[in-house]
Amino acid sequence: MIAHAIFFYTFSIIAVVSAIMVTASKNTVHSVFFLILDFISISCLFIMIGAEFLGMIMLIVYVGAVAVLFLFVVMMLNVAQQKNQWFAGQATSKHIPVGLIISTLIFFEIIIVIGGWKYKPEIFDINNSLANASVSNTHSLGQILYTDYIHVFQISGMILLVAMIGAIVLTFRQRSGVKKQSYIKQISRERAEGVEVLEVQSNKGVKIDD
Amino acid sequence: MIEIGLGHYLTLGAVIFSIGVIGIFLNRKNIIVILMSIELILLAVNINLVAFSIYLGDLAGQVFTLFILTVAAAEAAIGLAIIVVYFRNSGTIRVEEIDKLKG
Repeated sequence: MIAHAIFFYTFSIIAVVSAIMVTASKNTVHSVFFLILDFISISCLFIMIGAEFLGMIMLIVYVGAVAVLFLFVVMMLNVAQQKNQWFAGQATSKHIPVGLIISTLIFFEIIIVIGGWKYKPEIFDINNSLANASVSNTHSLGQILYTDYIHVFQISGMILLVAMIGAIVLTFRQRSGVKKQSYIKQISRERAEGVEVLEVQSNKGVKIDD
Repeated sequence: MIEIGLGHYLTLGAVIFSIGVIGIFLNRKNIIVILMSIELILLAVNINLVAFSIYLGDLAGQVFTLFILTVAAAEAAIGLAIIVVYFRNSGTIRVEEIDKLKG
């Protein structure tokens, strides 16, 4: 039980401190880094408490997709805009210490959780009635997700579709002045509109564009 | 103190939720940090749902956490797209300079 307490306090203190740093840090890139650290700490807590599937999904969805999206937008907007303010001087090397600290923390968190799960499974043994030995968390979640909650599941798929279409429509822009090939136009060209046969008289020449 | 129970997880959720709300109000920098604070708030909600689901023995909480995850991803995508379009039109995403609606 004491190991459970130690792990809980470690992860939750890291999560709270990094949540504070998300809102307090001067640099937006650092905010995104701390957001990633926060998500990973919370997903370690989820794995510890017995919701392994959600912990893994959080790692994939939040760290793999959402946080990278944030980082991408921050980089894209700031480098162009507030260059003198936030990225003065050696722009890239300023992020290296923070990134190193955060990645080492993340590494040790994952090592702790995997080690505990592999070698001491009884550490995280909490008295929940869901911890059925024969059925895993993912299995039981799937059994009710695709039966009782199938309509909600499909509606969430629709929400994702609408979000995708909305994001594409919002950010898509038609550039003017870009030369493009139009295959239809090229193929449907007739001989008559391309060339003209002239009878050239001697010593006269041909006038073009008259 | 040593015995970790439901209350500990709910307290953690409350702390992270409050930090997210504070981040929205105290933010004077740029609007992306506000979106990140919203993500923190949704994360706190997820903690509460998972903790209740485990300690009360009902899997519905974890199912709804999945749906919150979906909605949070959609919200982040749309919000960031709006920010990109706004930046393209007005050239800034600082919170003080976004006053087109005179709010």
